[in-house]
Amino acid sequence: MYVIPAVFFVLMFVYFPIGMNFYNSLFKMNSYSDVKTFVGLKHYVNIFQDPIFYTAIKNNVLYAVFSLIFQVGFGMILAILLEGRYVGKKIGSFFRNVLFVPSIISIPAVALLWYFIYNPQMGLLNGLLENIGLGAMKTAWLANPNTAIYSVIMMSQWQYTGYIMILLVVSIQKIPRELYESAEIDGASEFQKAIHITIPSIKSMLVVTSIITIIGAFKLFSEVYIMTGGGPYNTTQVLGTYMYRAAFKFDEMGYGSAVAVVIFIITFAISILQLRSFTDD
Amino acid sequence: MFWLLMLVIIYPLFWMVMNSLKTSTELFVNSFALPETPLFSNYVDAWNMGFANFFFNSALVTVVSVFAIVMLSAFCSYALARLEIRFKKIFLYLIIGGLLLSPQSALIALYRLFDMLNIYNTYFAMIIPYIAFGIPFAVFLMYGYFKEFPEDLEDAARIDGCSTFKIFMKIVLPISKPIVAATAIVSSISTWNEFIFALVFIEDENLITIPVGLSRFKDALTTNWTGMMAGIVIASLPMIIAFLFMSKSFIRGLTAGSVKG
Repeated sequence: MYVIPAVFFVLMFVYFPIGMNFYNSLFKMNSYSDVKTFVGLKHYVNIFQDPIFYTAIKNNVLYAVFSLIFQVGFGMILAILLEGRYVGKKIGSFFRNVLFVPSIISIPAVALLWYFIYNPQMGLLNGLLENIGLGAMKTAWLANPNTAIYSVIMMSQWQYTGYIMILLVVSIQKIPRELYESAEIDGASEFQKAIHITIPSIKSMLVVTSIITIIGAFKLFSEVYIMTGGGPYNTTQVLGTYMYRAAFKFDEMGYGSAVAVVIFIITFAISILQLRSFTDD
Repeated sequence: MFWLLMLVIIYPLFWMVMNSLKTSTELFVNSFALPETPLFSNYVDAWNMGFANFFFNSALVTVVSVFAIVMLSAFCSYALARLEIRFKKIFLYLIIGGLLLSPQSALIALYRLFDMLNIYNTYFAMIIPYIAFGIPFAVFLMYGYFKEFPEDLEDAARIDGCSTFKIFMKIVLPISKPIVAATAIVSSISTWNEFIFALVFIEDENLITIPVGLSRFKDALTTNWTGMMAGIVIASLPMIIAFLFMSKSFIRGLTAGSVKG
């Protein structure tokens, strides 16, 4: 009796729609009519022949790679430095909180802010470049096909590096002090301590944060939707916007469902990895 | 190096607040300059142009969803952790397994389902999926906590003749404040900031929440930058203020999910 309501919600509105999605992906259908035509795997064949699908996958992967480098890589370096002896306790906690703040602002708000920052005329970035004498680098960041996807990616690094860093800080704080003390007796440098003690001790958290960022990269939607809408010339499409475009712009609900299945398979497979890294240790 | 990084984080936020207090002309002349006189009329404009409404909708949807998530998950995790129930393991795996499923892959089917149930374009079209997708994480957090909760107190109450429900409400829940707070905070952040469901399941201007409102603003008011900056500040402020007051609970909630147990 205590369990039923929760189970009902999850079954009915999480599992059931995802199951339905598999079924729907085999049909051609629209939002305004009830007619469904069975087309088998035709949508999947079409998806795998669409060059935009490959652009989308490529962008998701690119996003994942950058997020790993910045959020996990750079975030780890920051976490180690913050927890090291270079930074005082008070100031360290100030740094941590400031770095964390962008991650609690909603993605649409941050995306809109960066939409302004990247604006070619009045934007912060071009203004800054001009002031430091790099005016030649000025461009319409989000309208230029060569820079658009990187501009979107960098916004997320700004937003989430602090969050991943906090996760790593928490895990560093759990390392027993004695490990460091005995290393200090042996005369280990800060760098050696980081390499030989800190990083091995937080290995499982590094795996978890890597997986979180990779899953995040494949769930990408709002950032792209707000900043570029997938343009210019579809160069910033990702799986999420590609699905949205099919289902709600072109009203190809079946095709959209098939894209959703692809997203499901990718994110589910990575999540299973995460689960295994939990249960391994 | 840290100070430079601080600048990279803080300056864009500062730039936004600064420009939200300017006239459009001031912004176009020099977006780096401080406003001549700080102007709050942009906030008033944004508020009157729909933000009052967005704010109300976001608050309503968040409060209802978070309350439901916390209550349903607390009952459920307590029962799974303590009571003798058939198929306990299956229920637990079923719910926690929901964590592996991404909302995006349910989007289109949910859209059709809500259309069929006639709740498309109502508050329920947001509240219901927020609850459903919020429960797995909440149960994940709370189950671990209740599992380690000392049983002595409950035993004492049981001897005094309290029912399970009473024990839960009067003893377990009050003592579990930290985990309830952490769960509530995590659910609030994700509900308050949710975008894709709110975008797809709501059509009516009067029902949209802040994140969707912001994205519609962008298309409707491409010239009123200062007003939009004010809008972004309004959208972000509640969570930032909450964070300043409860940074410990925030960090506990947001880190617990990735730490095992």
